[in-house]
Amino acid sequence: MSTVISRNVHQSTLDDANWVRWSLIAVALGFVILFLCVPLVLVIIQAFSKGFGAYFSALSEPDMQAAMRLTLLTALITVPLNTVFGVAAAWAITRFEFRGKNLLITLIDLPFSVSPVISGLIFVLMFGAQGWFGSWFVEHDIKIIFAVPGIVLATLFITFPFVARQLIPLTQEMCSEEEEAALSLGASGWKTFFLITLPNIKWALLYGVLLCNARAMGEFGAVSVVSGHIRGMTNTLPLHVEVSYNEYDSVSAFAGASILAGLAIVTLILKTILEWKQTNRATV
Amino acid sequence: MSILLSNISKNFGQFAALHDIDLEIPEGELVALLGPSGCGKTTLLRIIAGLEQADKGKIFLDGDDKTDLHVSQRGIGFVFQHYALFRHMTVFDNVAFGMRVKDKKLRPSETEIAKKTHALLELVQFDWLHNRFPDQLSGGQRQRIGLARALAVEPSVLLLDEPFGALDASVRKDLRQWLRNLHHELNITSIFVTHDQEEAMEVASQVVVLNKGRIKQQGSPAEIYDYPANEFVSKFIGQTNEFTLEHYTVDWFKHIGLPISAESKIAHVRPHDIEIVKTANNDTPITLKDWQHLGALIWIELTKNLPNGKPKLVYVEMPNEQFKRLQLNRGDKVDLKVRHAHWFN
Repeated sequence: MSTVISRNVHQSTLDDANWVRWSLIAVALGFVILFLCVPLVLVIIQAFSKGFGAYFSALSEPDMQAAMRLTLLTALITVPLNTVFGVAAAWAITRFEFRGKNLLITLIDLPFSVSPVISGLIFVLMFGAQGWFGSWFVEHDIKIIFAVPGIVLATLFITFPFVARQLIPLTQEMCSEEEEAALSLGASGWKTFFLITLPNIKWALLYGVLLCNARAMGEFGAVSVVSGHIRGMTNTLPLHVEVSYNEYDSVSAFAGASILAGLAIVTLILKTILEWKQTNRATV
Repeated sequence: MSILLSNISKNFGQFAALHDIDLEIPEGELVALLGPSGCGKTTLLRIIAGLEQADKGKIFLDGDDKTDLHVSQRGIGFVFQHYALFRHMTVFDNVAFGMRVKDKKLRPSETEIAKKTHALLELVQFDWLHNRFPDQLSGGQRQRIGLARALAVEPSVLLLDEPFGALDASVRKDLRQWLRNLHHELNITSIFVTHDQEEAMEVASQVVVLNKGRIKQQGSPAEIYDYPANEFVSKFIGQTNEFTLEHYTVDWFKHIGLPISAESKIAHVRPHDIEIVKTANNDTPITLKDWQHLGALIWIELTKNLPNGKPKLVYVEMPNEQFKRLQLNRGDKVDLKVRHAHWFN
């Protein structure tokens, strides 16, 4: 009896009072509703404010279509490149000992810590007409800044860390013994990677690719600096939203925004599924 | 296949893991690499496998220099302490892996692979587990599957890194027996690493004792036990009493049958090489302190009062029957007789 009583006393001293619990939950929930749900609903309401017809004609407008195509193209180039880079970096960092390893780990995080506008400016400074390599590119008639290559480069830089960051903790934790076992059984390095390593990291890899893709499609700051905002040419979807909004074309702006919001929701759902898959990795 | 190591050295930064190891293992032996943790035994095994590169020295398998050959080309089977089964594959796929990754020209057909995989699973008595995943198996089951997987590539040498280290005591006991029988059946030259001297003595036909990156002794279990080459081996293998020569104990050493000469400094005596003799003489410095029943044997603790006033513990082991006949009590004064001792300087 005495132990039961003492445990109850103990527990009630550890637990917060009910009002603390409920007010914390209310604050958190209030924030989510006020800053996430309400804006999302408003975006959709605004997009459809002039009816379905206006919404779909805004979406099928050539400039909007061009913006969507450019966004897709950018993602299509940057995501695979950063996937390859991320896998290579994670592999190198966790499997080899080399000088400058810690520096590499820190540098991978650089795009997270630098303001996207600065990232954009770096590329203008390097490849712009007045930049370091600018004159060489002008001579050879290669356009980088205010053109698609600049947008791709800036996006590549911004989305650089996503895949690597997802993989490094996993490859660190994953014992290399399985890989050694495969090698001792006569498998080549490539076979070991594709048959043993990749299946073990696939969910984390997909998760990283997903985040990378979401950022590649949604990036605004860095792309804005290098794009030059040429309608139908160098506007990605986020830029198109801004331009339309500044021109008081609210249906077009919010239609674009609704596409991006939709992308975010899909990403969120896939992210949850992948997270679930990852935690259930051990039990297959 | 015979294994020959010559002059193997390996450093990890400042730490010298192995110094000039020379070792010859004849074909068909089951060898234990035995030593305390950190003695370099696992490093040596991994160097033979090619999972680690030696800084210096050569490795010959069956007379062929394999020093620079990649691990995947060496034709060895490696069994890991923590099994290292492929967790995303079934037991069947795990065992079949080594055959499936062979070059197209050398790869058996899928039906042959299936036949051989089932045969190997029969050999380790687990064919009924073939479509389970590794995390659905117990530790002992996993290690047997690990062994079947290593055998699937028909290795010329089988290397096992603390194969029973992660298992329960009772499972370990079974698996030791099983490994020894399997070795009799297959007769593959095998090396296993262990820090458990009992395991080494029980399973191996040859024991190699390592300490601090050097080989201390190599021989059959009987040789290692009965003729330890140095102090380290004598203390590491089995129990031993250590008597240090000091001028005031010389008489006592003579009395119990240890002929002391000035050059000999330390005598090692196995507990079963000491005989207890009942005596009426109350001046004897030996007192029976306590004993423990170990089943067939009795483990007896005696104290000897040294002239400098400090008590020294002496351990004696004798069969249960003999102990009963002596009818000893705690606190009895007794005499000792040493039957056999080893001398180290």
